[in-house]
Amino acid sequence: MAELLKAENVSEVFGGLKAVDDFNIYINQGELIGLIGPNGAGKTTAFNLITGVYRPTTGEITFDGQSIVGLKPYQITQRGITRTFQNIRLFSELSVLDNVKIAYHCHVKYGLLESVLRMGRYFSEEAEIEEESLKLLKIFKLDEHAYEVAKNLPYGAQRRLEIARALAAKPKLLLLDEPAAGMNPQETHELMEMIRWIRKQFGLTVLLIEHDMSLVMGICERIYVLEYGVIIASGTPEEIQNDPEVIRAYLGAETIN
Amino acid sequence: MNAVRKRDLTMLILGLVIYAVLQGLMSAGFIGSFWQLNLILIGINVIMSVSLNLINGYTGQFSLGHAGFMAVGAYVGVVCTSNFGLPLIGALLAGAAAAGLLGFMIGLPTLRLRGDYLAIATLGLGEIIRIVIMNIEYVGGAAGFKGIKHLTDFTWVFFVMLFTLFFIKNFVNSTHGRACIAIRENEIAAEAMGVNTTKYKVMAFTIGAAFAGVAGGLFAHQFYLISPNSFTFLASFNYLIMVVLGGMGSITGSIAGAFVVTFISAALAAWPEFRMIIYALALILLMFYRPQGLFGYMELTNLKPIKRVLDKISGK
Repeated sequence: MAELLKAENVSEVFGGLKAVDDFNIYINQGELIGLIGPNGAGKTTAFNLITGVYRPTTGEITFDGQSIVGLKPYQITQRGITRTFQNIRLFSELSVLDNVKIAYHCHVKYGLLESVLRMGRYFSEEAEIEEESLKLLKIFKLDEHAYEVAKNLPYGAQRRLEIARALAAKPKLLLLDEPAAGMNPQETHELMEMIRWIRKQFGLTVLLIEHDMSLVMGICERIYVLEYGVIIASGTPEEIQNDPEVIRAYLGAETIN
Repeated sequence: MNAVRKRDLTMLILGLVIYAVLQGLMSAGFIGSFWQLNLILIGINVIMSVSLNLINGYTGQFSLGHAGFMAVGAYVGVVCTSNFGLPLIGALLAGAAAAGLLGFMIGLPTLRLRGDYLAIATLGLGEIIRIVIMNIEYVGGAAGFKGIKHLTDFTWVFFVMLFTLFFIKNFVNSTHGRACIAIRENEIAAEAMGVNTTKYKVMAFTIGAAFAGVAGGLFAHQFYLISPNSFTFLASFNYLIMVVLGGMGSITGSIAGAFVVTFISAALAAWPEFRMIIYALALILLMFYRPQGLFGYMELTNLKPIKRVLDKISGK
């Protein structure tokens, strides 16, 4: 299997704090990988490093064989990595449909002049964007809400909309930052099925951060565990569940008196 | 023909009808010279407020130096017609190019700032432009530029305004406009969705500045004299009031704002002592009862009954 993303010896220092230290991961084409760890372990920092929000202090990140260190977030999106956010960041005053349409931005070919004069590719491409957006919304069961304002959606639907929006940018690698946060077990289960399904349908590679262990253990093929910015374990769900280091990180070390 | 194009055509015809009615009323003498002048001012103010709305309302970048760009367009325009004998259209294009270029050059460094900081920086830049003009003897310095040809008339203002409205309407309804709106809504998410935020902020700023330059050109050729004092930061505030009062992020709002503000100050011209009091009261009341402005984030054409009529006409 081809390697899609590889991070080698990546570290990020904020002042005197090493948020991520000697971070090494690889993700193969088509895999579904989990990144777990206690609060403050540096999981979201790792996401921010991959998506260009932060520039690594040291180390190298390659995507599809090319280095993406130093690229701006929008350039990384254009290369094919999109993400969702831990604290939902929708375009909250806009309609659900417009939220998705915006994400087609980097695939639009018509220029400024064509849009202002409404000539050339403007109409055909706009029609295509509208059709594809509605199709995506249908997949995420949001088509009934297409013309509602995004902030009025229930919480779970807002999370789904964020994933739909990330998919509209046609990524190769999708990063999900706690997609199940705030969902009830029923919604989490549905989300799990959906992630599985979209991965197959869109030929995606997925990296997700999650605290809900039933979701992580249920769908991830491999798991990385971060603690204090350092990867302390990696492997299949079974291996992780029985790893003494992971148990120590989550539950504390056993003390024998 | 598709529905969107038909709707554009409907709006264009509606514009022509309004023009014909107003022009007819003027020729027939129903609109006196005072209100004729105010109609021209309304048109110029619509161009100013809709272009400022692109920067402030749609892209969410708080700019307070719009009168500065108007001044650049005005002075470049009058130099073109008075000193180089260009026709009005050449003066407007040159003014737009000069103001747009300046907007681009100023936008690149200042648009890194956010919110209040950007407002203060643009306020300062507007004043710098005015003071630089004041010290250029070639254009008359502080005394102003005298002996400008009277080239602007209602027809010019109306059709340039119509062009501006269509330009900005089409821009905001394209992927480029959506990118600008995304920046307003959530800059981090916009960047994560592949929007080059710097590029689109500068683009909105440049387009807004260029149209302010056009408005400046029309303004200068209406009066026989322009002076730097026409373009103080109070003028910028006045355009900002039009945008906020009419409604941020709405083209209908910009038209309404420019119309209401110009109309109120003209209608109260006979009572100058009460003018500012009533004006201020109107603003306070509006902000109390309708803080989003008359048409905040919505268009008249999207209101249900009007939409139905438009859809019927365009056969949708």
